[in-house]
Amino acid sequence: MLDKIGIAKRIAKEVQDGYYVNLGIGIPTLVANYVREDIEVEFQSENGVLGMGPFPFEGEEDADVINAGKQTITALPGASFFDSALSFSMIRGQHVDLTILGAMEVAENGDIANWKIPGRMVKGMGGAMDLVASAENIIVAMMHTNKKGESKLLKKCTLPLTGVGCVKRIVTNLAVLEVTAVGFKLLERAPGVSVDDIKNATEGTLIIDGDIPEMQF
Amino acid sequence: MINKKVANVDAALNGVKDNMTFMLGGFGLSGIPENAIAKLVKLGVHGLTCISNNAGVDDFGLGLLLQKKQIKKMISSYVGENDEFERQMLSGELDVELIPQGTLAERCRAAQAGFPAIYTPAGYGTEVSEGKETREFDGKMYVLEHAFKADFAFVKAWKGDAAGNLIFKGTARNFNPVMCGAAKITVAEVEELVPLGELDPNQIHIPGIFVQRIFQGERYEKRIEQRTVRSRG
Repeated sequence: MLDKIGIAKRIAKEVQDGYYVNLGIGIPTLVANYVREDIEVEFQSENGVLGMGPFPFEGEEDADVINAGKQTITALPGASFFDSALSFSMIRGQHVDLTILGAMEVAENGDIANWKIPGRMVKGMGGAMDLVASAENIIVAMMHTNKKGESKLLKKCTLPLTGVGCVKRIVTNLAVLEVTAVGFKLLERAPGVSVDDIKNATEGTLIIDGDIPEMQF
Repeated sequence: MINKKVANVDAALNGVKDNMTFMLGGFGLSGIPENAIAKLVKLGVHGLTCISNNAGVDDFGLGLLLQKKQIKKMISSYVGENDEFERQMLSGELDVELIPQGTLAERCRAAQAGFPAIYTPAGYGTEVSEGKETREFDGKMYVLEHAFKADFAFVKAWKGDAAGNLIFKGTARNFNPVMCGAAKITVAEVEELVPLGELDPNQIHIPGIFVQRIFQGERYEKRIEQRTVRSRG
């Protein structure tokens, strides 16, 4: 079974040379730390920076240079700043190649819910609805089950949706899965996790085709 | 040169009244119009509708107006950092319209640019599109979203001049440029009001035509919400 860093490391392998990538808050933010060093990738943060770098050294924090999680960051050589409309032009206009974001629930048809728990938690969707409605290539980083052990990969989402039929690939602490027309197709198992473990943790339709390899890092 | 300079925040906020709709720039606490917000708190205007990506934190930014219950309605995309906001929203004291961030930006820009509405894919099939007109273009579904209408836009820039020209810094730019000229009156506060001619016309982000009033802001706190650093070596 993977921890959050393991999920980030596995997703980092999906990032290819020449990609512009938008990272959501939480596990997705960690992905930047594990992308291969021999490829060129630029990270976009929807509050208005392309070419986002690591956190600043202590004493060099700038209130005017933050990411979408409101964390202080740096801008790498070649970076640019821009306004919110232009930022979402990059996203809606499909200039951003890959979106990685978290989810509370994903359904087997690719629906995603990650912004609201009615009556309990209402923080807002931020840029998530724009991202999922527009991106061609969306990877969801999430835990396979909630704290009670209930599956978060469902036949149908129970929470208010963020987007419909948009998720293509999911990396969880247990598995890598692809969303297909007939359900979640199991692609890889996390180290030490059996196909039965994944079956038991998945409420939605799970498609198991032949031998399922263990993830390689 | 058409002079947009006003003496101070008092003059800049002349005409502000109860029950008005305001746009306020900023993302989190970055690039928020600190001087205008402080003055709105002092003026005690209430029944306000505020269009702003976030709602500040409990004791800074729009959180200051929320504490005094001056805001009737918030139109935002993300409000997760403010406990008082969440309390007022869940208790029904505060009317809240949550909309996608790109839609918020584009509804401002539409108002600035003279478009009555725009089509966006964001929110289609979710509760955001409920009751709204939808339409298919090339096999994909879009939601019709209307331009905002606001009485004042309060924006904050890094540098500006008396002509109202503005230059922003870093990610403090965010929603500020798209709100300029999107309300009946745009009030810009700047960290540095420089002499006319000092700003390079090639480097202007927002031309003065979109700004009605500009003033030199004072005592910027520029609070950092999440201080994240790495170690040296």
